[in-house]
Amino acid sequence: MGTQLLQDKDRIFTNLFGHHDPGLDGAKQRGCWNGTNEILQQGRDWIIDQMKASGLRGRGGAGFPTGLKWSFMPKEVGARPHYLVVNADESEPGTCKDREIMRHDPHLLIEGCLIASFAMQAHACYIYLRGEYVTERLALEKAVKEAYEAKLIGDDNVHGWDFHVYVHHGAGAYICGEETALLESLEGKKGQPRLKPPFPANAGLYGCPTTVNNVESIAVAGTILRRGAQWFSSFGRERNVGTKIFSISGHVNKPCNIEEAMSIPMKTLIETHAGGVRGGWDNLKAVIPGGSSVSLLPKDICDDVLMDFDALQAHKSGLGTAAVIVMDKSTDVVKAIARISYFYRHESCGQCTPCREGTGWMWRVLTRMAAGESTIEEIDMLLDVAGQVEGHTICALGDAAAWPVQGLIRHFRGEIEERINNYRAGKPVFVSQVAAE
Amino acid sequence: MSVRRLAKEQPESFAFNKKSEAEIKFWLAKYPEAKKASAVIPMLWIAQKQEGWVSEPAIRDIATRLEMPYIRVYEVATFYTMFNLAPVGENLVQVCGTTPCMLRGAEDLISVCKKRIGKQHEISEDGKFTWVEVECMGACANAPMIQLANKDGDHYIEDLDAEKFEALLDDLAAGKKVKFGPHSERNASEPHGTEALTDPSLYDGSKAKPIKLPNTEKEEG
Repeated sequence: MGTQLLQDKDRIFTNLFGHHDPGLDGAKQRGCWNGTNEILQQGRDWIIDQMKASGLRGRGGAGFPTGLKWSFMPKEVGARPHYLVVNADESEPGTCKDREIMRHDPHLLIEGCLIASFAMQAHACYIYLRGEYVTERLALEKAVKEAYEAKLIGDDNVHGWDFHVYVHHGAGAYICGEETALLESLEGKKGQPRLKPPFPANAGLYGCPTTVNNVESIAVAGTILRRGAQWFSSFGRERNVGTKIFSISGHVNKPCNIEEAMSIPMKTLIETHAGGVRGGWDNLKAVIPGGSSVSLLPKDICDDVLMDFDALQAHKSGLGTAAVIVMDKSTDVVKAIARISYFYRHESCGQCTPCREGTGWMWRVLTRMAAGESTIEEIDMLLDVAGQVEGHTICALGDAAAWPVQGLIRHFRGEIEERINNYRAGKPVFVSQVAAE
Repeated sequence: MSVRRLAKEQPESFAFNKKSEAEIKFWLAKYPEAKKASAVIPMLWIAQKQEGWVSEPAIRDIATRLEMPYIRVYEVATFYTMFNLAPVGENLVQVCGTTPCMLRGAEDLISVCKKRIGKQHEISEDGKFTWVEVECMGACANAPMIQLANKDGDHYIEDLDAEKFEALLDDLAAGKKVKFGPHSERNASEPHGTEALTDPSLYDGSKAKPIKLPNTEKEEG
């Protein structure tokens, strides 16, 4: 099976690079808001069935089927109104895709909000942006205003479904990307995750039925319905279908965001769109394929692994947000992961003891290991502690802090040992390898 | 977790100015009246934009207006790291230090900050700068990068290196306007010179023509 690259005609985000008008006229010219009325006329069951048939899995990291999630909302609206909340708290290290949607293709998101809200009988939607995205927020507010003025949304709009979009923002807390922490934050509290159940579909925002979706998951909805579920599912492998924005950062010649077909080989993705690894493919040391929370993969796996949920999971890593962080041979991989541990220590909300204490502990040990100042026995102790954090917390931040550490030990234990031995022998602990060319 | 406390020295009082009041009105309209506590983060942010930081009297004022206990607003102000709990310099330079930026030279930018500005969180002697290392700001394909907050707003400055960053600080010190966004040939986060998204039929209006929805009964019938 040869690799078929995604063609321009099949790209959903046609202004991803910001070379065209992000405003309403430009968006319409590119096909946004085309046939939205007809889509709504098919009814909510049709929309949800089509979304299910498309095979779209949530683009925020967990990969839960989007159509199925929508179907969990109560069928009848009771005393409590329904809400759609869009998670635009893009904070997973390596991930920078939703930002491009919000500032360059905001109308795809707003249209998706209307369709999703209609399907779930919500009349109001909140879009929660991370606080740092100030220019993105202003760009999105501008697009929302345009949509109101054109009567595409609002009361008595042309689509016949009263609907409001409200842009909200946070103020610098990674944890608010966790859906229940996001809801707490949106209610004006500290962003500390809630115990589940109840799930948001039963009691979410203000105690009302709520669905929380990632920006990309919502923004693709309009195009999927316009072009057909089978069009979307024709890309990628079974269970891993569709197109996806990949964020490629680190040691590549051209870091970028690019929309590609799911299941594209990692090597093809990096070489075709990111200008290849700095110093050539053989200069690759490791790749974190799905944002900082997933395990890194050494070069031999990267040589032929596919970029999708199942292929990466088979290597005990994950697609996550499809944020590909590339590390060439000059990288001090222990230090790179120690810096990720610092991130989790900084971002732990402090609610659960294993995470609050464990993230700091892991960071301190890893920092010593990076300098060779630890013992061989501590490697297994670190693994043990990581296992005690993983799965023992209310939310997945504990897991996310443990996985990169476990991955490091799984693939680079030899390098940690070498460093400890070098330190004891009085040799330099780490000598950066520089590309041959 | 980061431990954050209010500054020891606090002003006597705080009041939102007219511009801030207009913004508060805009934000409060977004939430049901009974749920106006939702506006706490936007209001703290408005206070910070007005004064440069969030003071204790500002927290009290917001608590009163949102009918929240003082401690709830205090919790929010100390939990979220974007709130400056003490005054900062004219230019707040926030350097992303997380791994994707670190791999591309964030440590060089931090060295420049230490050399030119001084200690993290402290205001430089001339009052012009404060710098802090922050966690991932979601611009990883434009690493390394900073967020600059000053009287011109809050902007990302991307695709930097030590040399460009020094030049940027020179310009800021001299009171000059600086370029926001990528300091490279790029417009945003596209791969430079890419052939992706160049098909003219995407932009000629043909996508705006009426379409027939697939998978509908009408189509099947």
